[in-house]
Amino acid sequence: MVTVPQSASAPLSAPIELSFDYTRSLGPTLSAFMTGLAERRILGARASDGRVFVPPAEFDPVTAQPLSDLVDIADEGSVVSWTWVGETLPGQPFDRPFAWAFIKLDGADTPLLHAVDVPTADAMTTGMRVRARWTDSPAGNINDIACFVPADGAAPATAAPAERVDPVEMITTPVQLSVQHSASMEETHYLQALEQGKLVGQRCPVCEKVYIPPRSACPTDGVPPGEYVELPDRGVVTTFCIVNVPFLGQRIKPPYVAAYVLLDGADIPFLHLILGCEASEVRMGMRVEAAWRPREEWGPTLQNIEYFRPTGEPDADYDSYKEHL
Amino acid sequence: MADVAVVAFAQAPQERHTSGTTNGVEALVPVFEQLYAATGLTNRDIGFWCSGSSDYLSGRAFSFISALDAIGTFPPITESHVEADGAWALYEAWLKIKTGEVDTAIAYGFGKSSAGLLRRTLALQLDPYTVAPLWPDSISIAGLQARLGLDAGLWSERDMADVAVRSRRDAETNPNAQLQGSKDADELLAEPYFADPLRKHDCAPVTDGAAAIVLASAERAAEFTERPALITGIAHRIESSHLGGRDLTSSPSAAAAGAAAGVDGSRFDVAELHAPFTHQELILRSALGLDGDVRINPSGGPLAGNPMFAGGLTRIGEAANRIMSGEAGRALAHATSGPALQHNLVCVMEAAR
Repeated sequence: MVTVPQSASAPLSAPIELSFDYTRSLGPTLSAFMTGLAERRILGARASDGRVFVPPAEFDPVTAQPLSDLVDIADEGSVVSWTWVGETLPGQPFDRPFAWAFIKLDGADTPLLHAVDVPTADAMTTGMRVRARWTDSPAGNINDIACFVPADGAAPATAAPAERVDPVEMITTPVQLSVQHSASMEETHYLQALEQGKLVGQRCPVCEKVYIPPRSACPTDGVPPGEYVELPDRGVVTTFCIVNVPFLGQRIKPPYVAAYVLLDGADIPFLHLILGCEASEVRMGMRVEAAWRPREEWGPTLQNIEYFRPTGEPDADYDSYKEHL
Repeated sequence: MADVAVVAFAQAPQERHTSGTTNGVEALVPVFEQLYAATGLTNRDIGFWCSGSSDYLSGRAFSFISALDAIGTFPPITESHVEADGAWALYEAWLKIKTGEVDTAIAYGFGKSSAGLLRRTLALQLDPYTVAPLWPDSISIAGLQARLGLDAGLWSERDMADVAVRSRRDAETNPNAQLQGSKDADELLAEPYFADPLRKHDCAPVTDGAAAIVLASAERAAEFTERPALITGIAHRIESSHLGGRDLTSSPSAAAAGAAAGVDGSRFDVAELHAPFTHQELILRSALGLDGDVRINPSGGPLAGNPMFAGGLTRIGEAANRIMSGEAGRALAHATSGPALQHNLVCVMEAAR
């Protein structure tokens, strides 16, 4: 979705959602820790200075040797610091207010960071006793501990240890970020012109080269761009490739031609499709023109041009575009 | 090896939200123009370029490549990039001059913090196995750190508020500052908590911005400014990524970086500290032995404007400016990166003699 600005002073802007499920292999130490979580056990690592790290550090902070002395730690301990989350963020353990806390589990020397489920900040104090609340189906990651709750002496809800599981050697950690992506003012002008069926570039005031799309600075001279230049919708194929390989998200059945098209009057080509002839007929220097989609489908995008097709004119001389390869 | 000096500094206005792209070009072009005007150099004269920025912030891959448009890269230039604050780009540029390979360099940093939800994005700098999957945000991490010191009696909420008041009042004389002026401490302490025990005033604002510094060999520095700020020491140190394994109420890495950079108890006229939270300034002052005589963050510091990936470089620039203007003879600048002051850089500068 693209938001069209009301005035020319605002650039086009649209949200993009980036997400990726990172798969992370675990070394021996973290593998043991995650396997323990899947069995509702918390493991710490004893370092050479005698301190027990939870979560286990993979390497000794003093000697830098791998840590292999893993010990069972209680799933209950004391809060050594806390802060209150009034407005939660996506991905956090709760979508209602909660506390983050550093919790020193019994048997550990370093605190673990996790969430504490209490209704208000008034219920939090440094030194309070808390106990892990385990998820129903632990899978071998830090979220197997759903949160901590005040340890008020009542029996834990999930007292029974889980069955032994196969070693957990890999975890998946999904990452998702929301970014509001803005076009530059120059790109905005270009995209809005496309919506009107026009191709607009910009001329560098120093080297006088014409860039399409226009850029916020001439990449050769580093100066802000000068005048806008309307360009024709025809030009020359400078170089091309024939796509024979299918891939995820492909919109056209191979084989087809992806080519650099240098519009007449421009100094930089852009990538587009060449259709309207056999792939084997496409050649460097071939004259092409835009095949526009129906006007009612136009938006602020170069996709308004569905592809370029041969004009039938004689090929351009190599010398006329050799500087643009 | 060649001595190195800061000879010019420029920055974009620090703003809560700019309408530009995340590639920094619009912000950097005027910043570079200021540097060319101040030094008489052109983009063709700079021996080495180094940038600090982050793709996590910009939400696109290789965003620093797009930023190169702001320089103009034909004929080809020599450039590098760090996925860190521009202060670390300056460190690389300093090394490049030290080796004698070049005698001028520009280090720059830029970040459009407003493009995403900054405190959430910063959760991704945490341990990706056992911490980041919970998505603890950067303000919550700072809140946990602040309470450790409060409970230990190392500082009070009033000490923290005093830092905010001083910073934002000092920012009134900084035309680039995002936040200027402050209520007094009593009024601030009457405000509700934002992330108990932090209030809004304890946190640096979310800032879009850019900054750049021209470095030159000491031999050539006088060509570009009357009073170069000679870098007499620069060093950085990092602590474990194991949050619970660190003593968060002190900063051994800042102390170690300071010692390596020549912080030995001798007097500083001014110190610019990159503390995005009030209590972190108190930690840094203690770690670097900065007593009451030292003027701290006369620019207003990060609490008045903290452009991600330019904020640390800005500290070096602001401190150098005090020397170049003749106000200070010896200055300390500090930059930080990572959660709860994990990674710290200290740069000591003196007026060239």
